[in-house]
Amino acid sequence: MITRRGFVGSIAAGAGGLLLSGCDKLNASPGFRDVLRSAEGLTLKAQRLVTDRQALAREYGLGDISPVFRANGNSMPASTDYQRHAAAGFADWRLTIDGLVRRPLSVPLDRIRQLPRRTQITRHDCVEGWSAIGRWTGAPLSILLDAAGLHQEARFLVFHCADSFGDTPYYESIDLVDAFHPQTILAWGLNGHPLPIANGAPLRLRVERQLGYKHAKFVQRIEAVADLARIHGGKGGYWEDSNDYAWYAGI
Amino acid sequence: MDASAQPNPMPQPVVVKRHLASTRIWHWVNALSVFLMLMSGLMILNAHPRLYWGQYGANADHAWLEIGSTMNGRGFLRVGSLRVGTTGLLGYRLDSNGQPNRRAFPGWATVPSGYDLAAGRRWHFFFAWVLAIGLVAYAAISLGNRHWRDVAPRPDELAPRHLWQEIKDHARLHFPTGEAALHYNSLQKLSYFGIVAILLPLVILTGLTMSPNMDAAWPWLLDLLGGRQSARSIHFLCAVLIALFILVHLLMVVLAGPINEVRAMITGWYRVPQPVRHPRESGDPAFASVPDATADLDYRIRGNDEGVAE
Repeated sequence: MITRRGFVGSIAAGAGGLLLSGCDKLNASPGFRDVLRSAEGLTLKAQRLVTDRQALAREYGLGDISPVFRANGNSMPASTDYQRHAAAGFADWRLTIDGLVRRPLSVPLDRIRQLPRRTQITRHDCVEGWSAIGRWTGAPLSILLDAAGLHQEARFLVFHCADSFGDTPYYESIDLVDAFHPQTILAWGLNGHPLPIANGAPLRLRVERQLGYKHAKFVQRIEAVADLARIHGGKGGYWEDSNDYAWYAGI
Repeated sequence: MDASAQPNPMPQPVVVKRHLASTRIWHWVNALSVFLMLMSGLMILNAHPRLYWGQYGANADHAWLEIGSTMNGRGFLRVGSLRVGTTGLLGYRLDSNGQPNRRAFPGWATVPSGYDLAAGRRWHFFFAWVLAIGLVAYAAISLGNRHWRDVAPRPDELAPRHLWQEIKDHARLHFPTGEAALHYNSLQKLSYFGIVAILLPLVILTGLTMSPNMDAAWPWLLDLLGGRQSARSIHFLCAVLIALFILVHLLMVVLAGPINEVRAMITGWYRVPQPVRHPRESGDPAFASVPDATADLDYRIRGNDEGVAE
């Protein structure tokens, strides 16, 4: 005999099962993914609306630094070219800045280290949930961008990296709000030492108000572009293309 | 208790409009979005099932809570120094193909069911907007129509004697009937007030504190909550409390008469449970004034076209 409670219970269990398999079906539907993705644009617009675009990420004290700064992603790029540079202590490493700029640049690493430096003790937040605090030293990106001179139509900066996953190179992109932010630097030092390879030597982008995957490591070229559609998979970054991560990683 | 199950049903059951439309819409929007947020939240936690206190925390740092598995296939949950085996549920299980699966939470508890951090985050942030907009709208409406007064506990209801009496009544499954069933009792008020005024705002604030951009704009979030990793831990504890609330809430609905209760939350119409006299409990103060309550109720319903309780 079916009791009322048993009946209600089986309805609840059935509804739960339907909900779960329904979620997986919806998750596989491109149209529904676009509906969910619409919240990403809303989040970016809402955060930029209620927050100061120039607001600085918290800078911590020396005593707050993580004893171990976890390295994630690629810890050693596979390319022989990179490994030759690494063996030579990156003595001949050059950063290219091109695309929609008036003066394309090829800047030796030594020159970048001689630029006015910014040191900041900031928190690195991984999309997975963990955080590590480190002391970063590097050149403000704005100095290099001003030297190259962005064209009017430039909207994004694409960071091309020396590492890859399989045959797919890593890259990331940010917009000009973050590009000219005072804490956005090309870091060459971590915790008072030259940047370790596992953390992105010789140059790593710090874009302090976004999650870790935006902080491109092993940066070798910065390209100014008007839109991201023609760059690799078109979504603005390696993880965005391969795993559908959000381009805006401020949350 | 459902009125139809009573040994001496009333000749004309009293049916009243119990819930406002705003409450009903908000309830079901929340029911959906809270479930999806809990389950997509477990998906996100699967990416790093360790919780810390303070500003930072990663694998080399001490986690106060950890879900994991041993090399020889034992799942475990560790809280502080207490470690319990959870093989099959948390940390380790065999999937339908007999292959080991070492995710912290099993697929049936997460949205989506397979590991997909990007999708879990997308679900979570979409329904975070639904939940937050709903909360703000409901708070505004409840302030406007003074519905908040139905939920905010009165000082006399918070007296220890009164609360103890209600706890005893709940434990004995003595649910209010007649007039008393048209108000929230103190335990309900405390639960609903705790959820709406404390837990939901706290879960939103701790969620925002995990956002590096919000931390830059509103650094007081980090001071208020003791750091991003503390906020992440509190976020998880809030989710546990919300899940517990849902469990007790569903249990109470089932015990109080699920069809009547669910119908009331869908249509607004609620069949008022009528008192039953238990001779051995006739001295129970909770039942002392019940017989007069129905007459008073009839009067109130006739005197109020909308029939909305309070």
